[in-house]
Amino acid sequence: MQGLLLYLTQTLALIRKEMLALLKDPSSRALLFAPALMQSLLFGYGATYDLTHAPYAVLDQSRGAASTQILARLDGTGVFQRIATLDSPARIAAQINSGKALLVVIFPPDFESRLAAGTTAPMQVILDGRNSATAGAAAAQVAAIVADFNRTLGAAPPVTIIRRAWFNPNFESRWNLMPAMIASLSMLQTLMLAALSVAREREQGTFDQLLVTPLTPTQILIGKALPAIFVGLVQSTIILLIILFWFQIPMAGSLWLLYGGLLAFTTASVGIGLSISAVSLTMQQAMLYTFMLVMPLMLLSGLLTPVRNMPQALQILTYANPLRFGIDTVRRVYLEGATFPDIAANFLPLLVLAGITLPLAAWLFRHRLG
Amino acid sequence: MNARARLIALTRKETRQMLRDRSNLIVGLVLPVVLILLFGFGLSFDVTDVRIAVVIEDSSAATMTAVAGIAGSDYFSPIWTHSMPEAEALIRAGRADAILRVPAEFTRDLLQGEGQLQLILNGVDSNTAQAIETYASGAISTALQHISDRQGDPAATSASVTLVSRIWFNEANDSTWFLVPGLIVLVMTLIGAFLTSLLIAREWERGTLESLFVTPARPIEMVLSKLAPYLVIGAIDLVFCLLAARFVFDVPIRGSLWIIILSSLLYLLVSLALGLVISGVTRNQFAASQMALLTSFMPALMLSGFVFDLRNVPVVVQVISNLLPATHFMGLIKTLFMAGDDWPQILRANATLAAYALVLIAIARRTLTKTLD
Amino acid sequence: MTALTVSAEGLSKSFAGLAAIDNLTLTVRQGELTALVGPDGAGKTTLMRLFAGLLRPDAGSLHVLGVDVARDPQQVQDRISYMPQRFGLYEDLSVQENLDLYADLHGVPMAQRRDRFARMLAMTDLARFTDRPAGKLSGGMKQKLGLACTLVRSPDLLLLDEPSVGVDPLSRRDLWQIVLQLVKDDGLSVIVSTAYMDEAERCAQVHVLHRGRILASGPPDTLRDRAGGLTFVATPLPPMPARALQARLIDAPDCIIDAVPQGGNVRFIRRPDADAARLADLIASATPRPAELEDTFMMLLRLQDDTPPTTIAMQTTAMASDGQPVIVVRDLVRRFGDFTAVASTSFQVARGEIFGLLGPNGAGKTTTFRMLCGLLPATSGHLEVAGRNLRTARAQARQRIGYVAQKFALYGNLTVRENLAFFGGAYGLSGKLLRTRITDAISEFDLDPTAVSGLLPAGYKQRLAMAVGLLHHPEILFLDEPTSGIDPLARRAFWRRITALAQGGTTIIVTTHFMEEAEYCDRIAIQDAGRMLAIGTPREVRDLSGADDMNSAFIAIVETARAGRNAA
Repeated sequence: MQGLLLYLTQTLALIRKEMLALLKDPSSRALLFAPALMQSLLFGYGATYDLTHAPYAVLDQSRGAASTQILARLDGTGVFQRIATLDSPARIAAQINSGKALLVVIFPPDFESRLAAGTTAPMQVILDGRNSATAGAAAAQVAAIVADFNRTLGAAPPVTIIRRAWFNPNFESRWNLMPAMIASLSMLQTLMLAALSVAREREQGTFDQLLVTPLTPTQILIGKALPAIFVGLVQSTIILLIILFWFQIPMAGSLWLLYGGLLAFTTASVGIGLSISAVSLTMQQAMLYTFMLVMPLMLLSGLLTPVRNMPQALQILTYANPLRFGIDTVRRVYLEGATFPDIAANFLPLLVLAGITLPLAAWLFRHRLG
Repeated sequence: MNARARLIALTRKETRQMLRDRSNLIVGLVLPVVLILLFGFGLSFDVTDVRIAVVIEDSSAATMTAVAGIAGSDYFSPIWTHSMPEAEALIRAGRADAILRVPAEFTRDLLQGEGQLQLILNGVDSNTAQAIETYASGAISTALQHISDRQGDPAATSASVTLVSRIWFNEANDSTWFLVPGLIVLVMTLIGAFLTSLLIAREWERGTLESLFVTPARPIEMVLSKLAPYLVIGAIDLVFCLLAARFVFDVPIRGSLWIIILSSLLYLLVSLALGLVISGVTRNQFAASQMALLTSFMPALMLSGFVFDLRNVPVVVQVISNLLPATHFMGLIKTLFMAGDDWPQILRANATLAAYALVLIAIARRTLTKTLD
Repeated sequence: MTALTVSAEGLSKSFAGLAAIDNLTLTVRQGELTALVGPDGAGKTTLMRLFAGLLRPDAGSLHVLGVDVARDPQQVQDRISYMPQRFGLYEDLSVQENLDLYADLHGVPMAQRRDRFARMLAMTDLARFTDRPAGKLSGGMKQKLGLACTLVRSPDLLLLDEPSVGVDPLSRRDLWQIVLQLVKDDGLSVIVSTAYMDEAERCAQVHVLHRGRILASGPPDTLRDRAGGLTFVATPLPPMPARALQARLIDAPDCIIDAVPQGGNVRFIRRPDADAARLADLIASATPRPAELEDTFMMLLRLQDDTPPTTIAMQTTAMASDGQPVIVVRDLVRRFGDFTAVASTSFQVARGEIFGLLGPNGAGKTTTFRMLCGLLPATSGHLEVAGRNLRTARAQARQRIGYVAQKFALYGNLTVRENLAFFGGAYGLSGKLLRTRITDAISEFDLDPTAVSGLLPAGYKQRLAMAVGLLHHPEILFLDEPTSGIDPLARRAFWRRITALAQGGTTIIVTTHFMEEAEYCDRIAIQDAGRMLAIGTPREVRDLSGADDMNSAFIAIVETARAGRNAA
């Protein structure tokens, strides 16, 4: 009992010191929490695949009722905005090349007459493919409008497809991206924080002073890990609050499960960070190794492109990526309302990762020779 | 008195320091290669092998034809299920992305000309979901076209508009084509952010500046000498990127190669100078590394128009995006790769980058003003 | 005017409202060696930086080499050479590359360069190491390389800010030989700040700085005379050790200005106004001795500060010295690759003993220390601290030792109180006990609990480090160069505390480069190139070499051993 009390006293002293070192200085406090706030707002607005503004140009060589109707439907979406009416095909290239128009809609001279004759009439769309996602989305929207128009001509196909979308009824990409930010933005800084924590003490000579105290490696590990985990969770919370109350994306799942997942994820990230830290002799090394790791972790996480689209070999690699499971857990709990059995499989790699990296870091504290 | 000799001496010193620390070279040369491979092979917005759970409640010839469209498509790998609850469970477990349901009354309704299929999508990944919808309706209607052709349905010959889409610059709409040029921006950004952002801070922390200050070396010479070796590293990375783009990923390079190279080097200079400014202002490696990560890499990834089209974002965010040098270079490099030489854009973007370079170098010089106050 | 290298008038400079240099007026003549001496925080470094154009004065005028520094610092920087306290060598560059860089920056022509480098490398004895990275040099060699880099050309003025901090006596001697030779051969003007009074004695002019003002100026002879007639030497009656007598004297500040043990005797300075009867009480017989510059320095400062250092003996685990060994080292070896840092070293330290570990830079003292504290595994050999090997012992065994590192190793961004609270907690102290200990430590070491640790002057940092090392009342205290870079005043207070601790039964292991400090130790060991060269009481070690003072004894022992090794 007394031994336990002593253990706690010592560990608490270390945790308090780490917290003070992190949070005492107003500028370092700002550096920990302001970026999460600003980035989540910026990316919430900036990181979107949703087509909201598609400038287009028209080359209408038929000048008939049908083309006018189709154009009216395009304008009616609010997304397509006509920025130019062309009079010759020679002008098309300039519109697209300069990026002024995302697409050019072309009605050939016989467009009206072919429709009147009851045959199919081709309508051409030229899209700027420099951003394939935007081009694809614009093409799909034009296709939908044309299909709609055909229906008014009585050319309804025999089968209709009734589409229902679960979890994100309006296909808003913000719904997809922002929950992922809860995990990814906080990981960036917690990983760095953990990676620098021991390396900084080594570089400044304080680590020796720490090692001659009766603190055990486990206590040092706890003292280093908990503040970093705390900062990570606070950052996640800031982003979560912005998503909930500013962007008002409804949360479907349990808050407890969400935080359970975040805790496992942050612990695994901190474990990786502390291992980097224990290996590095200088802060510079710790930072560069972190950078080296952060970029592939972000890119192979499913943040921007689905893990499924990756080659098999890389998909296997992602099992060592806590962010992959962090993002998946948050998205599914937040948007799909997943319950623990649904996402239990995500906890396993995270716990394995934490279970390897944390003891490794603790062992390295004492055994890394300087 | 002898500025050139001093500049050479300082540059030699910076180069040696850069080469001595292996972690510099790992980040400077190995990381770009890793990124090139990841971007080329790992990242793809192109949806394939969609796991679609197919629930057939009405097994008839017509159903089989409709569903054959899905089974035969490259985009889909169907999972045959027996009931809706089973299919729904697959979605919840994350093992299927969509459900195609053929209701019991499908054949009956189809004969009356109003057959309905149900497509349920997991909308979380909105991009993929939309792509699935497009592919699924395409595949099904093509398959059903065969039925109506056989039946000689009059609807097939009625007046209708057919859409002929052509995607310029990227006919196959292959996302690699725009990811790889964007990669050049990221690589140039990260060299500046990660390598130069520590240079001045490190000299402050290690106390080497105090000795250096009391020599004839001028602040501008110190700045230029810190930029030079990393420009070389960046140029090597640029060559890697261009070779990989051309020969590994078969991305077209439609603009002039020398304009691509010169513009990239100009952006590299901006990025390196920004790193130095961060370093000189913070004077502290810990803060510098955090700042570098926050101000360069993340914005370049998220806000430069790399994957997210700036046309779709609110004006405020557009303004912020346009403050980033990366945004100007991103637009330019994509055009140069995929569209060709667009002189107004080339001149405008390069003028902007040159202005950034000058201003940032001037600020970096100021942070090395010889005073300890 | 031309004969003046520096002329300052009414110079002031303050940081955050605190005056570092306060209305100071000073002139330095050309072609002379000038010393700036003063306690920690006197403003020596600030003044050097002002001379070098690295700081802008708040008020007053400053001309260096006839140039107004505030107006055109670059012109001054083109003509002077400056060696800061911590010379910024590029540790990842080799010795030669560092030299080349500074030669290039100063535009030294290639023709001149060859001779110059050869001379510098010969004088610094670095010729064998030109390809070695500067970071791999020992502390003394780094300092010599720093000086070589500063002297790649003959500047119009050379500024040296405490060039010999942390440098062993041999390197210190070499370093001064270089400077003195340049003054003699090239007529170099040099301003040097130092905490060693024997160094100041070699200068033509000495300025004593205190709280940003000049307290006294003049040639060493003139200054020395100020303490004339007050300096004595006393021999303690056996079996009383010299340091016990020294402690008694220094505890009587109303009569005695200063007392230090030396060669088994105690040198002391009496107050001019000391009561003769009281003096006789303290000391039976004393012989007058010639005054030295250090005597004047101590006198000037003591009379300036009327608050003498508090000298309450620290409460300790009261265990008298019983002769039981608490540290046992047998055949200890440590290799790094093919380099042997510590070779087959054996010694024992008894409880309550003060054991001094001396040796040139790179001799293996710090490595031995780190092995004793369990920070580094030994390659082979047996080692026992308080009956255990700390590297493999359970954590609680470390409860019994205290450790004060060579470099300030506390959390610089935390306050004094926060540092104490953390280390107290780490040693398992809590609640009322912790609060009492912290309060005691703060009053004992005269610390400001709210001050930010990293911004404290060197002497206060050292006090804080001591306070932290002693907070848990350890049985054994390890001190690695605790007095490097701190002034004589603070060193006296430090040693007074150490002797009190030893009296209370604490065992103390200490390394130092101040050879006169070895006189406080019960036993000392001299180490070089990883080997033990001599071990015994200070008197035994002195007798071994035949020298009178410890400095000469040290140099003689190390040089004899090195000559023997080279011959072999």
